[in-house]
Amino acid sequence: MTGSFTPGDRVRVIRAHPPGHRRTPYYIRGKEGVIERICGAFPNPEELAYGFDGRPAKTLYRVRFRQKDVWPDYAGAEIDTVDVDIYEHWLNPA
Amino acid sequence: MADDRDHDHDHDHANPLHNHPPLQPDDESPPGRHEVMTEAMRELLVEKGVLSADDIRAALENIDSWAPSKGAQIVARAWTDDAFRKRLLADGNAALAEFGIDSGGAKVTVVENTDRVHNVIVCTLCSCYPRAVLGLPPDWYRSKNYRRRVVVEPRAVLEEFGLRVPDDRAVRVHDSLADLRYLVLPRRPEGTDGWTEEQLAGIVTRDCMVGVAEPRPE
Repeated sequence: MTGSFTPGDRVRVIRAHPPGHRRTPYYIRGKEGVIERICGAFPNPEELAYGFDGRPAKTLYRVRFRQKDVWPDYAGAEIDTVDVDIYEHWLNPA
Repeated sequence: MADDRDHDHDHDHANPLHNHPPLQPDDESPPGRHEVMTEAMRELLVEKGVLSADDIRAALENIDSWAPSKGAQIVARAWTDDAFRKRLLADGNAALAEFGIDSGGAKVTVVENTDRVHNVIVCTLCSCYPRAVLGLPPDWYRSKNYRRRVVVEPRAVLEEFGLRVPDDRAVRVHDSLADLRYLVLPRRPEGTDGWTEEQLAGIVTRDCMVGVAEPRPE
């Protein structure tokens, strides 16, 4: 399921391991964060990688994660975050 | 320098009178698969008249001309012109176009350092980098060591670069993975009041715009 999110929405990255060229790094799969901004629509790079045209374009979001939520033993400050660019088809509402 | 090849004398490379480039032996190892494919593609394109050898040379020359000095000019303008700063943060591509810079298809996203937030850039999947404004990425940016560790322990990595971020200032890592290219807008340092844009640009280094250093007035 994919949704149209707005900044501030809580989302969870889909935890899946499909084969092929994927632009969602393993470390962020299954993690919960907040939509920071909508970056626009781009041809899907997971299709472009195989010579397809990447249409329909996918909405790309910038999602902000608390480092403590990503790495349980994170040693830095509570306020530290990591922002990751994630396509809509990798996100579910949290 | 024609007869200077065998100079095995001791000398100091800091000596400006002795300014040949550092010697690097030619790579004589057999080409890898990708090198062979690249060379085959280049030869075919030239042979079929799609591109000329001069087109390829000129394209490489253009890539080599990309340099962090462009990014530094943009940062200096943002420090001295608040309206430009706002445009830069709102739409990086449009602001870069004011400098005649074509960012290609990538969306340039400028993230601003403040007293509350320090930004640092990485691409954990490969080596996405804002080449149009910073040139080619340094080797450490592409290294697995940096890419693997800066998302997990950014404060420790920054300390290795000589940058200590206090705990009440958030470290915000940006993993540049797909269609965005990030540029850090550093904080203008104290002691630079009245400086010209050119002077300011002179202290904005590549590393400041990747977020592993902060500009310092000399």
